[in-house]
Amino acid sequence: MTEERLTARCLSKKTKYILSAAAIIAVLALVWVLEQNIPPTSSWSMLFTVIKKGAIYSLVVVSMNLLNGFTGLFSLGQAGFMLIGAYAYAIFAIPVEAKDSVYQYYEPLIGFSVPEMLTNAMGGAGTVGGTLGEYLGVIILMLFAGLVTAGIAFLIGLPVLRLKSDYLAIASLGFAEIIRTIFQWDGLGSVTNGSNLLRKFPTFSSSLFPLIVSGLCIAIIVLLINSSYGRAFKAIRDDEIAAEAMGVNLFKHKQLSFVISSFFTGIGGAMLAMFQATVNATPFTSNMTYELLLIVVIGGIGSVTGSVIGSFLFIACSEWWLRFLDEGQFLGMDADFMRPGFRKVVFALIIICIVLFYSRGIMGTREFSWDGVFNFFRTLPTRLVAFFKALPGRLVAFFKALPGRIVKFFKTLPSRISGKVKKLTGKTKNSKNNHINNTDKREEAQ
Amino acid sequence: MSKENVLRVSDITMQFGGVVAVDDLSLEVNKGEIIGLIGPNGAGKTTAFNVITGVYAPTNGAVALNGEVIVENHPQGKMKNLYKGKNDGKYKDVKVLTPDKITKLGVARTFQNIRLYKGMTVFENVLVAMHMNLESGIFGATFRSGKAKREEAQMREDAMNLLRMFDLEKNKDDLATSLPYGKQRHLEIARALATKPKLLLLDEPAAGMNPQESAELMRLVERIRDEFDLSVLMIEHHMQVVMGICERIYVLDYGALIAQGNPEEIQNNPRVIEAYLGVDD
Amino acid sequence: MELLSKWLPYILAGISVGGQYALIAIGYTMVYGILRLINFAHGDMFMIAGLMAVYLATALPLYITLPLVLVLTVMLGCTIEVVAYRPLRTAPRMSIMISAIGVSYFLQNLALYATGGLAQTYPKIEWLARTVNVFGASTKMVTLVTPVLVIVLVVALVMLIKYTKIGMAMRAVSRDFETSQLMGIDINRVITVTFVIGSFLAAIGSILYFTNYTGIMPTSGGMPGLKAFVAAVFGGIGSIPGAVIGAFVIGICENLIKGANLTTFSDAFTFVLLIIILMVKPTGLFGEKNIDKV
Repeated sequence: MTEERLTARCLSKKTKYILSAAAIIAVLALVWVLEQNIPPTSSWSMLFTVIKKGAIYSLVVVSMNLLNGFTGLFSLGQAGFMLIGAYAYAIFAIPVEAKDSVYQYYEPLIGFSVPEMLTNAMGGAGTVGGTLGEYLGVIILMLFAGLVTAGIAFLIGLPVLRLKSDYLAIASLGFAEIIRTIFQWDGLGSVTNGSNLLRKFPTFSSSLFPLIVSGLCIAIIVLLINSSYGRAFKAIRDDEIAAEAMGVNLFKHKQLSFVISSFFTGIGGAMLAMFQATVNATPFTSNMTYELLLIVVIGGIGSVTGSVIGSFLFIACSEWWLRFLDEGQFLGMDADFMRPGFRKVVFALIIICIVLFYSRGIMGTREFSWDGVFNFFRTLPTRLVAFFKALPGRLVAFFKALPGRIVKFFKTLPSRISGKVKKLTGKTKNSKNNHINNTDKREEAQ
Repeated sequence: MSKENVLRVSDITMQFGGVVAVDDLSLEVNKGEIIGLIGPNGAGKTTAFNVITGVYAPTNGAVALNGEVIVENHPQGKMKNLYKGKNDGKYKDVKVLTPDKITKLGVARTFQNIRLYKGMTVFENVLVAMHMNLESGIFGATFRSGKAKREEAQMREDAMNLLRMFDLEKNKDDLATSLPYGKQRHLEIARALATKPKLLLLDEPAAGMNPQESAELMRLVERIRDEFDLSVLMIEHHMQVVMGICERIYVLDYGALIAQGNPEEIQNNPRVIEAYLGVDD
Repeated sequence: MELLSKWLPYILAGISVGGQYALIAIGYTMVYGILRLINFAHGDMFMIAGLMAVYLATALPLYITLPLVLVLTVMLGCTIEVVAYRPLRTAPRMSIMISAIGVSYFLQNLALYATGGLAQTYPKIEWLARTVNVFGASTKMVTLVTPVLVIVLVVALVMLIKYTKIGMAMRAVSRDFETSQLMGIDINRVITVTFVIGSFLAAIGSILYFTNYTGIMPTSGGMPGLKAFVAAVFGGIGSIPGAVIGAFVIGICENLIKGANLTTFSDAFTFVLLIIILMVKPTGLFGEKNIDKV
C-alpha cells in the first residue's frame, strides 16, 4: 500500500495528448451548450461574463507572470500595454460610417476600417465570405494590436530594462502613466478621440471567442517557457550574475521576455476592448496593474496554471460571488454597512491575507499535469484513511493542551503589555548627552 | 618549453573609489596548465576573477584570451585623480566585454558562494549553460522546429553525459538547492563545463570539504583538464589541494602579487610565509 | 516685469506643492533607506489622512480635528507596518513590495466604500485658505506657510537623525540591516519610529495639500504619492535633503508646464524626469553607489 503511494505513476505521452484534447473539446462544447440554453435574463448569465473576462484576464495575467514570475522582472507597466492594445484595435476597427458619430469633436484621421474593408473585399456584408472577412479583419487587427504594443514595449525596454528591481517597477509604472496621458491628449484627438470613448467597433458575443484566443496564446507562452529560452529566463530570475556568467545575454533575454509579454498583453487589451464594447483610457491606471499583479500572486508567482485559476477566481468573486456583499442584505437582515463598495473592501482584505499568510499562492510554482491529477485521486483514499486515523489522537492532544495554553496566555499578558508600552514610550527622546551616557553605561556593563 | 598561451592578465589594477583591491596584477595561464591563485582573505583573488570574467571593469590594465584582448581599460573621469596604481598611461583602449560575451569566448567560472539557479532542477541548471550555443531562434525554439528539436535532444544528451561524469544523474530532477553542499559544488563545475570552456576558473572549489573530499576533487580537476582539454585557474585555501595539483602558483597579498613559482618555491618563500603567518616585530 | 507677473503665480504654486510633495517624499525615502521597500501604500495613507479630516470635521471643531488626524495617521502608519510588513521581514523583497501594493489596493477600496466614489470637500481652514498678495500675485496663505514649515520640519528631522540615539540607530540600520541587528539595535523600534515620522509628515502634507486642492477622491493619493516617490529617487533615495530638493524641482517644473498651457503633460513630465535621472545617474543627486558583491 505505502509503496504504491510513493511511486507516482506516469501516463504515456499519447494518453496525455488524448486527454488534453478531450478536455478542451468538452469544455468548449459545454460552454456552447450552456450559451444556447441559459437566457440572458437568468442570474446564471453572469457565468458568461466571468468566462469572457476571466479568459481575457488569464491571458494578461499569464503574460505578466512571464515577466514577473519567470524572468524575475518586476514590471508594473501592464495596464499601459493593455491600453495600447485596446486602442490599436479600436481605432482601426470602427466602421467608416460610424466614425463621425464617435469622433464628435475631432476630424477622424484614420479613414478606413480593416474588418469592414475585408468584409467588402470578400463578398460584402451578409454573405458567408463577408462574415469570414470580418473575422479575418478582427484577427489581423488583434495581431496588429499585439505588434504595436510589442514595438512600443521594445522602445520602452531599451532604457527601462537596464534598471534594477524596484527602479524597474517604478519606471515601468511611470511609462504606463505617460502612455495613459498621451492617449488622452487633445492633440492626438483625431486618432484617439482624446478623453472621449471609442465605440461601435466589432465585438464578440460568444464566450468561445475569448476562450479560444486566450487558450492559443497561453499555449504559445507555455511552449516558450518550456523551451531553452524559457530556461534562460528562469536562470535570469534565479540569479542574474550566474546567468550572465553562463553566457546568457541578460539584456537580450530581458528584452525578449518584455516584448513577448507585451505582445500578448496587447492582444488581451484588444479583447478587453471588444468585451467592453467601448474604450477609454481612464480605467487603465496603476490600480489595474496592481490588480493584475495580485492575481499573479494569488495564483502563484511562476505558475501558468495558477495564473489562469487565479484569474477566473478573481473575476468570479469580484463580478459574481461577492456581489451579495453590495446588496444591503445579510442572512435576510438589512445591513446598512453592506452598500456598494463593501465587496471590494472584503475582497482586498482577503487578498492581503493571501499575500501575508499564503504567499506561495494557489499553485506555488507547480503546474497542472495529468500525472498530478491521477496520482491525487489514486492516493486520495489512502491519505483520507490516514488522516481520519490520526484525527482522534490529534484532537485529544489539542484539547489536553488547550487549558494550559489559555492560562499561560493570560498569565503572561500583563507583563507583555507593559513591556510593549515601556518599549514604545521609554526611550524615544534621548538628547545627545543622554546617548553618550547610555553608551558609557553599556560599555561599563560589558 | 614554450606552451601555447591561453590567458594573459597584464598590469590589472582594480580600484573601488580610493580602495585598491587588485594592484598591478599580471599573470599567465598556458594551455593544459592548472594554476593556483592564493593569498590571505581579502587579498583580491575573487576581484581578479571578476575582472577576468567581465563582472567588473578594471581601473587599469588588460586581459587577453588566446592573444585577443577581451578587457582593457585606463583611469578615466574621476578615477584619473584617485588612481593610485602603476602603469598609468600604458593602456589607451577601452574595451570591456560583458560576462556573457567572455563566457562565449571560452572562459567559464564557478562562484565562491555557490550561485546555482535555485528554482531549477539539477538537469535544467546544466541545460541553461548550453543555451548560449543554441542556433535556433526564439520562434524555432517555441514552435519546436525540426532543427530546434534536434538541438534540444543533443543538449539533453550532452547534459546527461556531464551529470553522469559528476555522479549526479540520480539527482537529475531534484531542485539544485536540495543537493548536499559537496554535490552543489560539483554541479557548479558541471554547469561551467557545459559552456564548453577553454579556460575554467574555479573559485574555492574545495571550500568546506574534508580531506578525503578534497583529494577526490583534486583527481576530478585533473581529469577534467585532460578530458576536456582545457586550462584551469583556481583560487583555493586548502594548501594540500593547491600544492598537490597546481603547476605554478601566484600569491596575492593586499591586492599585489608577492610571489610566483612552482609549489616548492612558494612553500619556501619568506614573503609568502610572512603574508600568511605574520612576522614578529 | 510682465514676464514675472505671468509666471509668478505658477512659481508660487510650484513651491507650495513642491513642499507638500517633500513632506510625502521624506516618508518614502526614509522607509526605503531602512527597509529597501517602496512603500506603495504611503500615497494612499496621505489620501486617507485627508478623508479622516473630512469626516472628523463634520462632528468636531478644527482645532481638535487636525491634531486628531495627525495622531490617527501615525497610528495607521504603524498598524500597516506591524500588520503588513513586519511578518515579512525575512521574506524576499518582492513579497514585501507585493504586500505594500496589497495595502494600497485595500486603502483605495476602503476609501471608495466610504466615499461612494464621490469627491469629498476638504474642510476649510480659514487661516491657511486666506488670500494674500505676494508681489502683486494673489495666492493662499498656505503657499507661504508650506515652504517655511517644510524647512523647519526638515531641519528638526535632520537634527534628530544626526544627534539622537534613535537617529544614530536609524543611520546604522540603513547602512547595514543585519549587522545593526547583531550589534543589539532593536530593529523593530527603529522601523516603528521611521513609520511614525513618515506618517506624521504625510499627515501634515495632506492638510496643506488638500487646503490647496480641496477635492478628495479615493485615487487622490496615487499621483502625489508617485510624484513624491520620483522626488525621492531624483534626490537619491535614502537622502532626506535630496528628497526635499527633488520635490521642489518637480513641484515647480510641473507648474511651469501648466503655465505653458501643457497641463496634460504636467504629470507625464514627472516620469520623464524619473527616467532621465535613472538613465543618467541612477543613484540620484545625493545617493551613494552600491557595488554588487559577487
